[in-house]
Amino acid sequence: MISAPDVVAFAREEAREEPCADFPALPEEYSVPLFPSRRPPAKFARDFILVSEFSEQVGPQPLLTVPEDGRASGTFDLNYFALRLMSVDYQASFVGHPPGSAYPKLNFVRDSKVVLGDSKEGAFAYVHHLTLYDLEARGFVRPFCLAYVSADERKIMGQFRELSAEFSRASECLKTGNRKAFAHELEKKLRDLRYTRGVLLHQEMELPKQGCYTSQAIEKANELASVERSIIEHRDLLQQIRSYPYRKRRDSDCQLDEAEPWEANCYPRRASYTPQFIKAKSAKCFDKKLKTLEELCDLYFFNQTLDQLTQIEKTYRGDLCYLLTSQTDRALVKQQLTTAFLFEDASAWQEKFSDNPYDENMGTGLDIITPKALEEPPSLDSYKSSVESVPIKIEQEVAQEKPEETKRTEQLECLDTDLKGSVSSGESIEVLRTEMSATVLNHSESQPCLQSFPSPQAVRSKAVSRRTISEDSIEVLSTCTSESLIPEDFKASYPSAINEEESYVDNEEECGLHLLPNFSLQDLIQTENYAEENIVPVDSACCIGHESSYFLDLSTDQEYAHDDVVSSPPQPYKQLDQGIHVNFSVEDVAYSSDSVSEAVPLHEQDVNYLIGGGEANRVSLEEHSDSTSYRSNASTISDRTPSPAQHSHLSERQKKRAGQNALRFIRQYPFAHPAIYCLLSGRTLLILGEKEAIVKKLVTALSIFVPSYDKTSKPVKQWTTSPLHIMDFQKWKLIGLQRVVSPTGSNVLHSLNRYSRYVSVLDIDSKTLRCPLYKGTLLLRLADHRTQIKRGSTYYMHVQSILTQLCSKAFLYTFCHHLHLPIGAKESEETIARRRMNFLTLRLGLASEDVKIVLYLAELLKMHYLQETGRGVQPVLRFDYVPSLLYKI
Amino acid sequence: MTFRLRLRSRKSRLLVYSVFETAGSGVVSCRQLGAPVCSSFALIGRKEWPKPLLLVALMLRWLLGSREQQGQQEKSPVQTIGEEQTHNPYTELQVLKAHHDIVRFLVKIDDYRFASAGDDGIVYLWDVQTGERLFEFLGHTQQITAIAVFPSSDTSGEPNPLILTASSDKTVIIWDCDSGRQVQQISDFHSTVKCLAVLQRLDLWLTGGSELRLWNRKLELVSETSHFTDSGISTMIELPKNCIAAAIGKDLIIFKLLIPTDESDNWDIHEVKCLSAHQDNIRSLVNVNELTFASGSLVGELIVWDALDWTVLAYECSFWDTSSHHESMQEIKLQKQNEISVQHFTTDGKCVFAAIGRGIYVYNLEVKRVIAYQRTAHDSSVLHIAKLPNRQIISCSEDGSVRIWEIRERKHFSAEAVSTGFFNVWGFGKAGKQPSQTLKKMQDNAVQSSVELIGDLIGHSSAVQMFLYFPEHGLVTCSADHLIILWKDGERESRLRSLNLFEKLEENGSLLPRF
Repeated sequence: MISAPDVVAFAREEAREEPCADFPALPEEYSVPLFPSRRPPAKFARDFILVSEFSEQVGPQPLLTVPEDGRASGTFDLNYFALRLMSVDYQASFVGHPPGSAYPKLNFVRDSKVVLGDSKEGAFAYVHHLTLYDLEARGFVRPFCLAYVSADERKIMGQFRELSAEFSRASECLKTGNRKAFAHELEKKLRDLRYTRGVLLHQEMELPKQGCYTSQAIEKANELASVERSIIEHRDLLQQIRSYPYRKRRDSDCQLDEAEPWEANCYPRRASYTPQFIKAKSAKCFDKKLKTLEELCDLYFFNQTLDQLTQIEKTYRGDLCYLLTSQTDRALVKQQLTTAFLFEDASAWQEKFSDNPYDENMGTGLDIITPKALEEPPSLDSYKSSVESVPIKIEQEVAQEKPEETKRTEQLECLDTDLKGSVSSGESIEVLRTEMSATVLNHSESQPCLQSFPSPQAVRSKAVSRRTISEDSIEVLSTCTSESLIPEDFKASYPSAINEEESYVDNEEECGLHLLPNFSLQDLIQTENYAEENIVPVDSACCIGHESSYFLDLSTDQEYAHDDVVSSPPQPYKQLDQGIHVNFSVEDVAYSSDSVSEAVPLHEQDVNYLIGGGEANRVSLEEHSDSTSYRSNASTISDRTPSPAQHSHLSERQKKRAGQNALRFIRQYPFAHPAIYCLLSGRTLLILGEKEAIVKKLVTALSIFVPSYDKTSKPVKQWTTSPLHIMDFQKWKLIGLQRVVSPTGSNVLHSLNRYSRYVSVLDIDSKTLRCPLYKGTLLLRLADHRTQIKRGSTYYMHVQSILTQLCSKAFLYTFCHHLHLPIGAKESEETIARRRMNFLTLRLGLASEDVKIVLYLAELLKMHYLQETGRGVQPVLRFDYVPSLLYKI
Repeated sequence: MTFRLRLRSRKSRLLVYSVFETAGSGVVSCRQLGAPVCSSFALIGRKEWPKPLLLVALMLRWLLGSREQQGQQEKSPVQTIGEEQTHNPYTELQVLKAHHDIVRFLVKIDDYRFASAGDDGIVYLWDVQTGERLFEFLGHTQQITAIAVFPSSDTSGEPNPLILTASSDKTVIIWDCDSGRQVQQISDFHSTVKCLAVLQRLDLWLTGGSELRLWNRKLELVSETSHFTDSGISTMIELPKNCIAAAIGKDLIIFKLLIPTDESDNWDIHEVKCLSAHQDNIRSLVNVNELTFASGSLVGELIVWDALDWTVLAYECSFWDTSSHHESMQEIKLQKQNEISVQHFTTDGKCVFAAIGRGIYVYNLEVKRVIAYQRTAHDSSVLHIAKLPNRQIISCSEDGSVRIWEIRERKHFSAEAVSTGFFNVWGFGKAGKQPSQTLKKMQDNAVQSSVELIGDLIGHSSAVQMFLYFPEHGLVTCSADHLIILWKDGERESRLRSLNLFEKLEENGSLLPRF
């Protein structure tokens, strides 16, 4: 309805000199910055998405940007920024040997989402970290990062939730592909290993049988043993990766049943592959070439992800006020579900239905590997994996070792006021003091198991870890006091976060608190030899037990944390949040396998919605109130951020031109009011002219006033040359008609004459209009020929807003019980009719002809509603017996 | 504007056509004199037209095209009503499109259903409230010639109402209205069945064509008459004392049904009397009340008969030419075709409402006089007329319009005669002369009431063949333009929809529709 560039345009022309002088203040939830934000100096031209990787060979490196050409990023130092991005990831997970388990354990780790600001570069970024599995990589994981980079800090903060939802989808896509590729790779490796074992066994047999073991025999035996071990390990890994989705479900029994058969099946399928002998000593990691991102998650999924990222970039690249306005607009339109079909673009209130963005089984040929499990929306893991996610450790040494500010990984400051806003929406916000945090899951033999010696610190960090696992948590890294890490403090300051946490506790208890042993980063570093690489911002010098002093130290670091500022996300429209996207986290927690089973019907309903038009409309509002989180997080459906230009009936540009032409019509023709009145009151308006282009232009312009019957399209016929019939008037409300000078032409005119009570005729060649008189007041405002509005798009908006007002009146009239039904038993029809009229004239303040407009709209509403609910309502033509007048210029 | 053409067909039959333009519509139609079929140029394909006719039609339309600017309305003596029709309740219409040829028949099945049939041989069943198409009856290969409803009766085993349809393919098919099935097809007729009559009292039905056949509810042939040499029975009605009046050509023949006595199952039909009072073919036949019936012929005779002893109670033949002499003077060169045929009439027991030519007449049986009339009610022949309970008359015509009239008592008719309402009758062009003439005429005829136009329904683009009136739902019209239109009271429909809406709301329990 209201699109932001128009607001901008409007503001630029008229309001900049005296900003907001006379306007009554809008309710806060609707307030949108009137002016486009002034771009802070930045080295890049516009927003872009940066995909980067922490390579174990070369450290952080940028991989690609969206859009791909360098124009967006400009002279911006991608390498440097990638370094900054990758160093934020405190939650990376690794594979290792957890205590009590003999084999490496894969973790299905939740992505982390943070905001990063760099005031020096003028860059702010939403940073989305994810890990992909790679058999050849250290710990089998490769950390990656998707970042939305913008110069507008407010945009990043304001759109955090939306961005997070979108990026989660993209990340899910990547990870799904990766799991397939990884499973494939494991299978290959297993075959190699088995082959190797066979070869070794054979060799062993060939060894001369002697009484005592020769060193050669021992060596062989060792080799064999290590291969055996390796096989077991890999098989275990394969099992883990395959069982991935099952682990996310509570009813894990089905996993056992189904996991086995296909394992047996999959080998015959891969008969074409020739196994290779694996040498005992594998190559050093520096020698081998690491897989590219495409290889890691196979091409199909990679391309899908790229498409999604491109879409995200398209959606968000506009100015913040544009984004906010269109979001507010969409949210508001959704509230008017009953009336929206009349004048709104169907797109604005229809749920955007994006089909399952990628087909799980496509492009890989690995359908055996993904039997039933992967067919489910991959969003699942974002719920349950959070449970398994990993505690945060806080390292003080980082600050000490990298005192230079530019090398600091993260310094984010949150604004208290904003925090409160976001808390109200049920999100948890982490305020961390640290530069660096890391999550560790592996168990090092050299370290004592912390579970057996729970230190106060461990308890504390465990509590912190609980905080992090809440869905959609926003971690704003910043400097603050050490006390804030104590859970009690969270409880005190952010009450809503507590509830959420409590509900998580349940989950944890059910689903695996045991997965949360806490280890320091130190452990990891020592085990995994990270220390070799200096680029790694986390150094090995720190050790466990330093936390307490570290906190104290850090509190002194506050000063230089200030220039890298990122505020926590403000709420664009809090009021609406309550109504429309309530209970994000709570819902997520409550998300259970039941909802999973619901996923498919929901999906189908959405399909119905698009096809049959009628129904899912209803779903949508309900969906908004109770399972928004599902919808927004599921990769299948996202309604939150449809790209504005994608699916309108009229594109922005067309709207603009229609508005412009309508404006011209109003200025040019003194009888614009009666003509528009005809359209609004359901009387067909015929535009008669010789030249097709001119007629069509006017038809398009005036079509903005035509109410639709239903959600399909407007009853507008742009151009016709044949004589009209009564059916046409039932079907079309605005018709462009060719004037022909010939016998057939006179026939056309005859039929017009005959049906003159159903049509108004606007002759644009002779500039006359024959139509009923209009004496109302509404159109004076809607179509004021002395209006100050100059731009087409602004006028379009103006029209939309007045029409919306009108719709709400029609809505009130239609759905007011006592206006249509008797209050008492004895009430006569006349009394009710009088009450109706009083309501229209006195309450709604409608003058004579305006009443008819509302009555017509009300009739459309009724028919639409009855149609929606399945009662067969055929289209009808309503008309009045009113005399027409001939208007001339 | 009308042309009359005499053409000789290949079989050397002289066919007289009139080619005329439906005023204001721009539709040129042609009509074979004496035949009810009217084809209009604009809509029906040209191939149906004989070539000379087509030429004339084209010429006529060309003439019209040039004349059009001068204003068609002034030339027409037909009463017109402006766009402001405060008494016209029909402010909502719904077009039902299913047929693909002329729709000729509409029959009411019950309070909410009706059937339509026409030249495409298909019968459709409709819901008058929603406009929904309930059934499609496919079975006839040629046009339907007669349709009748056999209402449900509790005595026989058939609870569902039946529809009987007769067609030019010499069959009669019986359909079940509730299940939409074809019950039976009867195809041993020698010629086309032209009329059907249901004797509900006796649970019998009749087919009339070249012979009269009597059937029972079980669809068994009970009895039949001998073959009529003439064209056959065109229409028939039931009379008291188990008699039937059937119109064969100019004659009216009374048949008597012999009801079987206790034991024997012998039905029989006897010709009792032949009434030859009409000078031309009998076009319409109607029961007025228990004791009287009326018949009308192509030359405009109206005869009122006693239903018991079949004597002529009244004979009227001149009321169609009340003002024909000055009419012929006005139309100078083109011969004005004076439609005088009694097309259709209806009755409310006291009066006969006749559609004669282009006019409508109200004939009072007590005073045996025309008490009100509208000589040129339409631009061309009136095809159907009906009386509504509220003193209203509805008529439809070949000109494609339906008009609603109101009978108004005229107390001081001399003063009333010059009122604006009457002024309108004659249009603006001849306002000076005609009122006085009409006044004189009225005094001559002692007209006590007047028929005032209170509204017209424009929607069809060709001849409106017939209409049905549903007191609860409005009017259904069918036309040669293949369409059926439901005309409804917009106010009432709006209220109904509101009621539906709130019902639905209550069902759903919330504003938002649910599944």
